Amino acid sequence: MEFLFVTLIGVAFAIASLVLLSLGLAIIYGMMGVINLAQGELIMLGAYTVILSSAHGLGVWGGIVLAPFVVGAIGLVIERCIIRFLYGRLLDTMLATWGLSLAIIAAVTLALGPTTEGVATPLGHVAIGDYALSVYNLFVIAAAAVSVAFVWALFNFTKFGLIARGTMQNADMVAALGIHPPTIYMATFALGSALAGLAGAVMAPLTGVVPSLGLAYIAKVFITVTVGGAAIFGGTLGAGVFLGGIESAVSFISTPIYGQVAMLGCALLVLRIAPQGISVLWRRRG
Amino acid sequence: MQITRRDAVRGVVATGFGVATSTLVGSSAIAADEIAVGSILDATGPINIYGLPMIDATKFAVESLNEAGGVLGRKLRLIEADCQSNNQIYAQSALKLILDDKVAVMMGGITSASREAVRPVVGKYPTVYFYNEQYEGGVCDKLVFCTGVTPAQQLGVLVPWATKQHGKKLYTLAADYNYGHISADWVKVYLKQTGGELVGEEFIPLDVVNFDSVIQRLQAAKPDVVMSLLVGGNHIAFYRQFAAAGLKDRMTIASATFGLGNEQVVLKPQEAEGIVVIYPYFQELDNSVNKDWVAAWRKRFGSSYTYITDSACTVWNGWHLWAMAVNKAQSLERDKVIAALESGLTFESPEGSIRLDPKSHHVVHSVHLAKVNDKNGFSIMESFANVEPADTMKVCDLFANPNEHKQYTPKY
Repeated sequence: MEFLFVTLIGVAFAIASLVLLSLGLAIIYGMMGVINLAQGELIMLGAYTVILSSAHGLGVWGGIVLAPFVVGAIGLVIERCIIRFLYGRLLDTMLATWGLSLAIIAAVTLALGPTTEGVATPLGHVAIGDYALSVYNLFVIAAAAVSVAFVWALFNFTKFGLIARGTMQNADMVAALGIHPPTIYMATFALGSALAGLAGAVMAPLTGVVPSLGLAYIAKVFITVTVGGAAIFGGTLGAGVFLGGIESAVSFISTPIYGQVAMLGCALLVLRIAPQGISVLWRRRG
Repeated sequence: MQITRRDAVRGVVATGFGVATSTLVGSSAIAADEIAVGSILDATGPINIYGLPMIDATKFAVESLNEAGGVLGRKLRLIEADCQSNNQIYAQSALKLILDDKVAVMMGGITSASREAVRPVVGKYPTVYFYNEQYEGGVCDKLVFCTGVTPAQQLGVLVPWATKQHGKKLYTLAADYNYGHISADWVKVYLKQTGGELVGEEFIPLDVVNFDSVIQRLQAAKPDVVMSLLVGGNHIAFYRQFAAAGLKDRMTIASATFGLGNEQVVLKPQEAEGIVVIYPYFQELDNSVNKDWVAAWRKRFGSSYTYITDSACTVWNGWHLWAMAVNKAQSLERDKVIAALESGLTFESPEGSIRLDPKSHHVVHSVHLAKVNDKNGFSIMESFANVEPADTMKVCDLFANPNEHKQYTPKY
């Protein structure tokens, strides 16, 4: 019973971290259609925000609060300087953001050194029968839930959300109604960056932080968003639950190696059955 | 001053061709006097946690040899390559150093995978190659000298000690490549000898950062000792998540790799304190050679240098053993240098006196058991003098079989 409970929390944690990491890209790629290969580096910058803020007395929590703003601002600059010239040009965007990713890794390496940094995981642990559980894992689950709820509410219940969704569907129509689409693109890209920064910040106290950190996440994040398909919330959430659940369940039964294999195998299978992503499966019916 | 014919010719050539060519001739004359030596290590990528101190040690060793007058009275010219934690780049860099730069000796390689990428290149274009890092033992190759500590010197002492001190149930976590697999087999060999019980064994790919499932399986298996053979920056996450789950009070981590990448500095003392390791070198060692060495190192690299690792000391040993051999052979010729290296060299290293075993090309070290303390360093608990790399010495005889190019693996 305890074992089952702890395993379920483990699976929930895996799903939550996958969803949290993918949410930013779900907006930037899933919604705006920008293949941002520098997404991993935005996550890495979020992680470094936590390292720097805890080194300068603001603590881990200060860093987690600060990270979305810092990385959001960086995303804004990236959009203004690079991305805005490349909307609708898929291959050019890939090339530009790939270059950007290498540049950010190099810049951080030069500025902060190539060494692994880290902060201790806060919050301690709780005992569940014979098992012990890191409380921070529960915080990650909560952070993912709050982020998803926030983004969902933002896009569904605010004026900004309505305009943003409209802009992505038909920018000319929105422009005809007197709204400036480039501003909306800019804000949406910054929002996606901010979410990536938040994810990096939340994950930072669980691992070591290096400039090449983003590479460990980028593939998983892209797979999740691609498998998710067009519907940002349903898709990302569905793909996160599906892939994260399979990976962690298989990891718990066997080893992390088979967990990764099972996840990639399932992603292939889904894209064979539903090339548009899994959200198509319930959209068709609906 | 005696003027030789060569000097006279050089003078004539220089004056004859004017200023521009004379500087050219001058510089190439100096370069010809220098001995090119090569180093291949990782300054970037996940393996750089090991590479950075080793790169510093390489520079420091070559500089100190040059300050002492060089080798055969000639200065060493160090050519370095950053292999970016990528085995393909290792093979390419080795090829370039051997064929283009014609280095007299090549040192480097960190993971066993990188060493195995370099070894075929060395075999094809014979060059003296030093692998200066702790590893899984068994490499038996006329051209290769493995100066690092091996399982007989680490696990052979650590496994019996840990089962005696902390209990007989052991769980192995190892990196998923040749080092981890072969070392995990050695754990089984030594565990069988001491009558311990292996309650679990897992291999973790180098890019895994989420150890949640591993930590839960540890709690289900309830081992007394967790034997960590984890490798690289990503795997530091294990120690962090292990501490965060509160397992530190329930089981002891013993490791043959922890600390080589200064994990005890990256982690906070409350996370790492109490982890047991075993190496020939610790910065805290109390001997006069080491005290002078640490002082000189601090002078060279700054007083706030994090921690000088065992791998750094091994690199230092490698360069000095090679220099001793060349001076003894009075030649840079490959076979003569190898013969000199096989003459039973001993060296006063910061780790104490070491001996290069002629038949196996491995080093006899004194090793120390130590615990991570609350100051991001180690406290030495117990020392074992002159432990032989028995894993390799028992099976490898390069006098009897000089053409052997293989790696022996354990049988259990």
